[in-house]
Amino acid sequence: MADPMHQFEIQQVLELPAVAGFDLSITNSALWMIIAAASVTLFFAAASAKAAVVPGRLQSVGEMLYELIHNLTDSIIGHEGKKYFPFVFTLFAFILAMNLLGMVPYFFTSTSQLAVTATLGLLVIAVVIAVGFARNGLGFFKLFVPSGVPFFVLPLVVVIEVISFLVRPVTLALRLFGNMVGGHVVLKVFGGFVVSLGALGALGIVGALVTLTGTVAITALEFMVAFLQAFVFAVLACVYLNDVVNLHSH
Amino acid sequence: MDPLAAKYIGAGLAMLGMIGAGIGLGTMFGQYLNGALRNPSASAGERPMLFLGMALTEALGIFAFVVALLILFAA
Repeated sequence: MADPMHQFEIQQVLELPAVAGFDLSITNSALWMIIAAASVTLFFAAASAKAAVVPGRLQSVGEMLYELIHNLTDSIIGHEGKKYFPFVFTLFAFILAMNLLGMVPYFFTSTSQLAVTATLGLLVIAVVIAVGFARNGLGFFKLFVPSGVPFFVLPLVVVIEVISFLVRPVTLALRLFGNMVGGHVVLKVFGGFVVSLGALGALGIVGALVTLTGTVAITALEFMVAFLQAFVFAVLACVYLNDVVNLHSH
Repeated sequence: MDPLAAKYIGAGLAMLGMIGAGIGLGTMFGQYLNGALRNPSASAGERPMLFLGMALTEALGIFAFVVALLILFAA
């Protein structure tokens, strides 16, 4: 059976000179991130090119995605959510494009690289900290001191709150990474079953057909996971932003 | 014991952490359906919270998966 981890190997596509010790070569991961960004841009340009009051098919899909995230920022952050909508929507569209592109056979899944998801996670938390300090100044630290906690357990609660804040980018990165890697490994392993069972003769072919059905079902599930993980990333970005935007009511 | 065998057994044992995530997800979706069937009109509004809870619960299972991967492929 083919190695299920082979699909995540990084290969150099275009060699570029190193700048200040950093290798700036375009790898297959970077290439597919560029393709994802380009396809998002092209999709929304095409969806809004012939904007009509009664939307066509393409425009409907674009509007559905827009409304999904708009409702999210509106319901979680409140009426100030509009300011953060572009950031959340960009994150959502970019991750969704990377996840969905990865579902096409022989295409590379950029979100299966921990370096990519960790960068996205750190970006979210950096924006949260920047917004927190910009809006509240040093009052940002009130985030770690929940109100209504008895005085003598406060030191413990503050430590737990600080740790839970610092773990956020880690969980953001690992969730996306783990889901994409896990899903693709399962698909590959089941695909391997089909081939190795089919080589066993007549009874094996019956078994292979059952496994093939399973693989089709798992592929459908993975499409849902690809969408859901992008959505969950957007939801969590909103929740973390809401913590610092509406700090007074925390 | 063969170190390689111990490595594979360890990776398998690490995945036991998924049990907790499975129980948690089952409880959560069950409770959501429970509430949603009692009051269907309120179910749509709680769906983001459902996915938020799902994400937070699932992350812990994913940690087990990452540990298994680390045992298998790192070091």
